[in-house]
Amino acid sequence: MAKVLVVTSGKGGVGKTTSTAALGAALALSGQTVCVVDFDVGLRNLDLVMGAERRVVFDLINVVQGDAKLSQALIRDKRCEHLSLLAASQTRDKDALSSEGVARVIEELREKFDWIICDSPAGIERGATLAMRHADMAVVVTNPEVSSVRDSDRIIGLLDSKTMRAERGERMDKFLLLTRYDPARAERGEMLKVDDVLEILSIPLLGIVPESQAVLSASNLGSPVTIANPDSAPARAYLDAALRLMGIDVPITVPTDKRSLFGALFGRRVA
Amino acid sequence: MATVTKTRNSIRFRGRSFLALVLAPEHPLQEWFVEFDDLLRRSPSFFIGRAVVLDVTMLNLDKATLADLIAKLYDRKVRVMGVEGAKASALGLGMPPAMSGGRVVDVPEPVDETPEAVAAEAAKPKSAPPPQLVPSTAPSLVIDHTVRSGQSIVFPEGDVTVIGAVASGAEIVAGGSVHVYGPLRGRVLAGTTGNPAARIFCHKLEAELLSIDGLYQTADEMDAALLGRPAQIWLKDDVLNFAALD
Repeated sequence: MAKVLVVTSGKGGVGKTTSTAALGAALALSGQTVCVVDFDVGLRNLDLVMGAERRVVFDLINVVQGDAKLSQALIRDKRCEHLSLLAASQTRDKDALSSEGVARVIEELREKFDWIICDSPAGIERGATLAMRHADMAVVVTNPEVSSVRDSDRIIGLLDSKTMRAERGERMDKFLLLTRYDPARAERGEMLKVDDVLEILSIPLLGIVPESQAVLSASNLGSPVTIANPDSAPARAYLDAALRLMGIDVPITVPTDKRSLFGALFGRRVA
Repeated sequence: MATVTKTRNSIRFRGRSFLALVLAPEHPLQEWFVEFDDLLRRSPSFFIGRAVVLDVTMLNLDKATLADLIAKLYDRKVRVMGVEGAKASALGLGMPPAMSGGRVVDVPEPVDETPEAVAAEAAKPKSAPPPQLVPSTAPSLVIDHTVRSGQSIVFPEGDVTVIGAVASGAEIVAGGSVHVYGPLRGRVLAGTTGNPAARIFCHKLEAELLSIDGLYQTADEMDAALLGRPAQIWLKDDVLNFAALD
């Protein structure tokens, strides 16, 4: 039974695309077939993070409008055969997404994959609402700061009212993925703590991804961090989160990058 | 009842809804006025003291014809307080303001007041007296989940009870009192239909704005000693009073 997962946040720049790529790759590495779909029409990024930008011929809009077949638009990942990408169009805007077209594409994807991961654009407009519309479950990506938390709260409200599941009166599973978390700064009170965020949003925690250089390096390489550097702290957080998505109970920890003795003594970066 | 703080008076806004009759004339106006005059002849008091909104969506009038229509109605003692569906160019100085939206409600039927009809009505055998009305309880709304940022619960009919949090950026608007069994981080407007007896109760006071019967206070003005505590807020002599409940 295919699962449609939307990665969403409301606020921009919190790590939706990074998380989509990392979770998609992590699920694919464990043997599940996965398609990541970029809904950020006009501002596409997922192809870059996946390192597939030079292989995009047809995109989501072409398939939605019936100009191309789904099989023509799917891009198989070179590193992981179970992972595919459906890119967004960079030259169009969100109005090109029709509600019926998106419904049809999602139905077709459900027949081919175990997981369909929709990378939502920021905001609460058409692109974001269509990305969440057909989802069975949602990962709400949040940074430990107040504006991100409030926007996430708004998105949770929309997930509970504007999705097909909500309209049918069914349950919509929502999970919190806390990204760019720095335990030291949270401890010093410069960042919201995990418990503060959980208290406000009151949805189950899927994982805590620490702030790390490895994420940026992986993006620049055009590879999900879970493939580029699977031993890094953020990759371990995403791999654990993927296990939890599959229903495997893994205790929540904040993975840390291993430091040399010198680093442990003097390695604290200037904030 | 540990802490009681008072606030200064401020400008008060009240929402109040009035019933207006919507009159929608149809082409040809000549014939419509014949019908209308006939109605007035049978029920001369129907429009007395009634607010009337003129719906001209079907007519597509220019300013002169619209003014003429309003004048003709004025001659028949119908006072037009607003116009719906007119072109912007047909309105302006000296004309009633444009109106839109509005909720459809039941309006009373015109009563036939001609002497013959009155006599016929009087001749009818009196029907049984209406059954005794059971005093109904005040309506209330129970929300058994968290109200998320951006959501707005509007319930002018009565009390609202929320079992869960009211998030920052969420809003509860109630005609009566508001009870929040959880952290109150958003806005609550109680007693909005002009009810100074309405109160606000919450499990944890972290509200952005609180208002009772139009008098409001923002988070900045609230007593810091009460923040994060269970509290109730009520109105006395046009002053918002706060008290902790622990």
